[in-house]
Amino acid sequence: MNIMGIHIDTSRRSEPESQKPPARKWLAVLLAASVMVSGGLGSASPGRAAEIARITIAYLSQAAEPPPKLSNLDLPPKDQGVAGGRLSIADNNTTGRFLKQEFVLEEVEVPADGDPKAAFQALLDRGDQLIVLNVPARVLLDLADMAAGKDVLLFNVGAPDDRLRDADCRDNVMHLAPSRAMLADALAQYLAWKRWPKVFLVVGRRDGDRLFAEAVRRATKRFGDKIVEERQWAFGPDTRRTAQAEVPTFTQNVDYDVLVVADEIGEFGEYLAYRTWLPRPIAGTQGLTPTSWHRTHEQWGAAQLQNRFQKTYGRWMTPLDYQVWAAIRTIGEGATRTGSAAFAAIRDYIRGPDFELAGFKGQKLTFRPWNWQLRQPILLVSPKALVSVSPQKGFLHPVSLLDTLGLDQPESACRLP
Amino acid sequence: MTRLKIMASALTALVFAAAFGGAGAARAFSVYVSNEKDNTISVIDSTSLEVVKTLKVGQRPRGILLTKDGGQLLVCASDDDVVQVIDVKTWDFVKELPSGADPELFILHPSGNPLYIANENDNLVTVVDIVKNKILAEVPVGVEPEGMGISPDGKVLVNTSETTNMAHFIDTETYEVVGNVLVDSRPRFAEFTADGSRLWVTSEIGGTVAVIDPATREIIKKIGFEIPGVRPEAIQPVGVRIAKNGGRAFVALGSANRVAVIDTKTFEVEKYLLVGQRVWQLAFTPDERLLFTTNGVSNDVSVIDVARLKVVKSIAVGRFPWGLAISKD
Repeated sequence: MNIMGIHIDTSRRSEPESQKPPARKWLAVLLAASVMVSGGLGSASPGRAAEIARITIAYLSQAAEPPPKLSNLDLPPKDQGVAGGRLSIADNNTTGRFLKQEFVLEEVEVPADGDPKAAFQALLDRGDQLIVLNVPARVLLDLADMAAGKDVLLFNVGAPDDRLRDADCRDNVMHLAPSRAMLADALAQYLAWKRWPKVFLVVGRRDGDRLFAEAVRRATKRFGDKIVEERQWAFGPDTRRTAQAEVPTFTQNVDYDVLVVADEIGEFGEYLAYRTWLPRPIAGTQGLTPTSWHRTHEQWGAAQLQNRFQKTYGRWMTPLDYQVWAAIRTIGEGATRTGSAAFAAIRDYIRGPDFELAGFKGQKLTFRPWNWQLRQPILLVSPKALVSVSPQKGFLHPVSLLDTLGLDQPESACRLP
Repeated sequence: MTRLKIMASALTALVFAAAFGGAGAARAFSVYVSNEKDNTISVIDSTSLEVVKTLKVGQRPRGILLTKDGGQLLVCASDDDVVQVIDVKTWDFVKELPSGADPELFILHPSGNPLYIANENDNLVTVVDIVKNKILAEVPVGVEPEGMGISPDGKVLVNTSETTNMAHFIDTETYEVVGNVLVDSRPRFAEFTADGSRLWVTSEIGGTVAVIDPATREIIKKIGFEIPGVRPEAIQPVGVRIAKNGGRAFVALGSANRVAVIDTKTFEVEKYLLVGQRVWQLAFTPDERLLFTTNGVSNDVSVIDVARLKVVKSIAVGRFPWGLAISKD
C-alpha cells in the first residue's frame, strides 16, 4: 500500500523453520511536519489458516549519531539490534510451530534526524501493542507517555539511563538493557574483590560520560572502593598522534589502583592504556568493560546462541543484538506459557511471578517488580577474553544476588501504580 | 598384566566385595567417561575404581553409549559433526556414522538399532541405521535439542529442546512429532521409568524436574529442591537415572554439586549426596550397586554406593567430564 508516496510492504511474515527471517522491512522516512496516517491495515494476513494465532512485535529504532570514525575501528554493523530481533523471531517461531502460534516482526528505522514520535504514532494507529524500542531516554519517555493508558507494552533495549529505573520510570516500559548503575556496580564489585579499591576517574565531555561517572561514584561508595581523583578529559578527540605526550602528564600526581574511564562514544578512552604515568589497568567504557553480552562469552550454553547468530549474520552478536533478542524472547515466553496471542495474557504473564527467561547467563532472568528492570549477571570483558561475571562472590543480598547490581527496591524512587 | 597386578586387582575386588557385603564378588564393569575439553575417553574399572585407559577421540566428545551387544562404544564428537564407533576390545576405530551437525546426545532403540541423535545447532533429531550407516530420517524439533529418552517398548522417542522448553514426543514408526509438553526453562534430560509408565524431564534453569504421564502427556508432578546453604539459582538439574525396580530416582543438580535421591512414589527428596563440582550426568552399573557421576568443573567422577547412599570415592579423569556409559559385563 501507498502512504504519501511511500510504499509500505504489509505482506511480510517470518518463515517458521528457516533461520533467515524475511529480508523485507519497511523503512519509514518521516518529514518533521507530516503525520503518518494509516489506512485500515488490520492485523490479519489474508490466506492464512484461521487457527494459527499471530503475535506481532514492532521494533522501532532511531539511528544513533555515528561514533567518530577515527577512534572506532569496529563500526557498529548496520543491522545491529534488528539482527538480534530477527534471530529471536526465528527462535520463537521454531517453538510457535508446535503451538500454532506465529511471531511476526515489524521493523521501523528512524534516521538520526527523523521524528520517532510520528513513527511511533503510526504504530499505535496500526494497532501494534508490543513494541521494542531502541531510542534515547528522553525520546523513550515521550513515547511511553504517548502510550500511557493504552493496551501497549514497551521494551527498552537501548537506553541505560538510571533515571528511567528511578523517579522517571514508567509502568508501561520493561527494561532489557542494563542500567548504567548495574554496569558500574558490576565493575566496582570486581575492583573490591580484587582489592583494587583506589579509583582514578577520567570523564569525557559528553552527557553519557557524565552519567556513567555518576554511576561510578555511586558504585564505588557502595562497595567500599574510593575515588581518589577525578579529572575531566580536556583534550579534543583524535589524540592518537599526541597521546604519548599528553596522557602521562594528564595522569600525573595521583596514587591509584585502576583508572576508570567514562567515554561512551569512544573518543579517547582507548588511548590511555600503556601511557598513564603509573603502570595501571584501565576499566570502564574501555579496557575492562562491563556489558550485557560479548563475543567471548560461551559459558552456560551461550556458545549455542553465539553460533546461531554468527552463522546467520556472519558477525558477532553485540550487546544491543542480545538485548533485542531477550526482549522478543520475553514476549515469546509470554505467548508460549499462556498459549495465548492476546495482549493482556502476554503482558500479565511477563509481569507475573512465574516469568523466567533463560538468557544463557547461568540462572533464570526475572523482572524487578519495582521498576521492571530485567535482573541479569553482567559480564566483565577485555577485547579477547571474558575476565569475570558479576555479581562477585561474597556480595550478599536477602532476596537475589542479582539485586546487588543496579537500583535495589529501597533505593529506587520509582513508584509504579 | 603382570601377575602382581592381577593379584592386586583380585585382592581389591575381594576387599570391595567384602565391603559391600553382597553375596559373591562384585563384578568388574568398564565405565567409559567422555572428557569434553580433553577430547578423550577415560575408562574406569568398576572394582579397582581406577582409570585403566585413556583413549583419544574426536573433538568435543559429549554423549557416549555402548551398542546393545556391548562390543562397540559410540561417541558424539560434537565439533567434528560425526559419531565415532570404537571397538571396546581392541580400541580400534571401526567407522564413523553420519550424524547431522553438532551431535550432542543420543540413544539407541531398545532393539539396538536405529540410533536417535540430537543435533544441538540445527534443531533436528537425526535417525541413523548403525549397521547400514545411513540417515533414515530427520525430525525437526525445537531450538537446541539435547535430551533423548526412549520408551521401553521403543514406540515413543522423547527429545527435549533447551530454548523451546519442550519435551517432544516422536512416533518411532512415522517419525512424526505427536505431542509436546511445555516444561520449565532449559530442559536437559528425559528418562523413562523401566516400566514405561512415567517420563522424568529435568529443567536446568527452571530448577525443577517434571514427572510426566506419557500416555496422557500431562505433568503429574513438578519436583523442586531446597538445600540448606545453597542458593536456589545454583540448583540446576541435568541428568536423571531411575532404578530398575522404580523405587528411587537420582538427579544430578549441576552447580549445587549434589545428587538428589528421590522416592519415586512420594516424590520426596530422601537425601542430597555431595559429589564434585557441576555434576551433570549419571550412570548405574548393570547390577545397580554403584552409581557414577560426572563432575564437569572438578574434572572428576564420583562413585556412589547405591545401597548405602554414600559417596565412596572420587576419581580424577580428564577435563570437563560429560557423558558416561557402562558395560553390561
